[in-house]
Amino acid sequence: MNRYAISAIYKFEMARTKRTIFQSIISPVISTSLYFVVFGSAIGSRITEIGGVSYGAFIVPGLIMLSLLTQSISNASFGIYFPKFTGTIYELLSAPISYYEVLIGYVGAAATKSILLSLIILATAGLFVPLEIAHPFWMLFFMVMTAITFSLFGFIIGIWADNFEKLQIIPMLVVTPLVFLGGTFYSVNMLPAFWQSVTLFNPVLYLISGFRWSFYEISDVSLTTSVTVILGFLALCMLTIWWIFKSGYQIKK
Amino acid sequence: MPAIIQINKLSKIYAGGFQALDTINLSIDKAEIIALLGPNGAGKTTLISTICGIINPSSGSVTVDGHDIIDGYRHTRKVIGLVPQELTTDSFETVWDTVSFSRGLFGKKPNPQFIEQTLKDLSLWDKKDNKIMELSGGMKRRVMIAKALSHEPTVLFLDEPTAGVDVELRKDMWNLVRKLRSNGVTIILTTHYIEEAEEIADRIGVIKNGQLILIEDKVSLMKKLGKKQLILDLKENLTDLPSELENFDIQLKSQGMRLIYTYDTTEEHSGIAALLQQLSKLGIQFNDLKTDQSSLEDIFVSLVRDAV
Ligand SMILES: Nc1ncnc2c1ncn2[C@@H]1O[C@H](COP(=O)(O)OP(=O)(O)O)[C@@H](O)[C@H]1O
Ligand SMILES: [Mg+2]
Repeated sequence: MNRYAISAIYKFEMARTKRTIFQSIISPVISTSLYFVVFGSAIGSRITEIGGVSYGAFIVPGLIMLSLLTQSISNASFGIYFPKFTGTIYELLSAPISYYEVLIGYVGAAATKSILLSLIILATAGLFVPLEIAHPFWMLFFMVMTAITFSLFGFIIGIWADNFEKLQIIPMLVVTPLVFLGGTFYSVNMLPAFWQSVTLFNPVLYLISGFRWSFYEISDVSLTTSVTVILGFLALCMLTIWWIFKSGYQIKK
Repeated sequence: MPAIIQINKLSKIYAGGFQALDTINLSIDKAEIIALLGPNGAGKTTLISTICGIINPSSGSVTVDGHDIIDGYRHTRKVIGLVPQELTTDSFETVWDTVSFSRGLFGKKPNPQFIEQTLKDLSLWDKKDNKIMELSGGMKRRVMIAKALSHEPTVLFLDEPTAGVDVELRKDMWNLVRKLRSNGVTIILTTHYIEEAEEIADRIGVIKNGQLILIEDKVSLMKKLGKKQLILDLKENLTDLPSELENFDIQLKSQGMRLIYTYDTTEEHSGIAALLQQLSKLGIQFNDLKTDQSSLEDIFVSLVRDAV
């Protein structure tokens, strides 16, 4: 194992965050605060509480999930896409490292960043609404697993994309809608029966539900289901990456 | 002594079906400097990229330092340094960071003294905290060399290192290559510049249409393929070439004041004795006599033309 290489990639990616501190940290924090102001105050004045939790507090786990998903994907996909775009990938390809070590470096850094960001958003939320975390272990479990899984997913997108448009299209057209429709701002029970069934096909629902349960012990689906879904997702991403590395798809000529 | 690089029947066919390398065989000794010449699109970059692991070979095999480049990639890539043809660098990183990054990537423990020395050797020390995008093209090229040397490779590939660089950098590069070789580093470079091959290489290979059409010791190559010319400055000018001289490959130049005789050094008899005899028979006298040898450039041009 080439640990110097893994740490070089990891540090390189973390240094990129430091340079782009505004984009990486401050802008998600600002947009999350705006959600609190707009949704928490405007809607919160009409829906006072859901399942015994104040509306402002209810949306916190979903908002964190929104950042976790989008940031994990964009960090990891950009991280591996950029060397392909500039041509510096030659160095990764000619270095004495396995694809899996490259993966650990990029995905590790992307996941670290989005976890840090989630914690910052959590702290920011604490300024607006009273927070309680009933199951800190499960909270961290969902946070870390989601960060890793969606960083892997981002890595796949970054390998697949051969232009900037492709790089952004999946986060924009798929992930953001899934998060919004996955119960960030409402409980699934509030929907008509038909839409409830449709929502059950949205994988993000299970993540948000499990994550929210770790805060307030209220959930749309059972904890077991949530854990199964996140682990299933993780397995799917790993399988895809295994196939990509085995076939050399979009990596080497 | 076993070869440091052994290329066996290496071929590359790109996904579109284009054959860029055709059954290349080549064995390179430790601390040799090999120059690969060849027109654009000959396959030089493909050959280098394959050995370095950037491109998958279609068939054949390569060993570096006794290890196969695929099964033993951890070893082979550790000993190889590569300066690619294109100027591809990060932009926002500093010179120091990018060179240190390369060292780590190639599995070496951090060694600030070594990085410092490398940057000093390449006249980059005062730029160490600059972002790469602030540097000129020549400086970026130096950064790429520093990156390639950061992990102390024993085999160095330089893909057209002096294409479009100024005279100063080219001189520096040549000095660097000689210094590395004296430390036991094997160097393979590709170039368009014949003088470059002539100046620093021990052996010269010529690649054309994916084939290695020639690989030869530089000195013996020049001897073998070199045409020599005997130049005679005459005492009195000749208006026409006398018919007695028509059997010789001879030309009358400089308003009849100079005779130029071209002969092949590989032939047993140069024909010089016969020519001089004939001249004295004809009563042609000369002031001065000198010989001139064709350059590698002439050799290269004639090779590439003949190999079509
Ligand atoms: N990725 C690729 N796909 C298809 N053909 C390629 C690719 N890269 C290079 N070639 C072709 O292979 C040939 C050799 O290219 P290259 O090795 O770059 O030549 P050189 O370095 O000698 O100029 C050229 O005809 C080039 O067009
Ligand atoms: Mg080339």
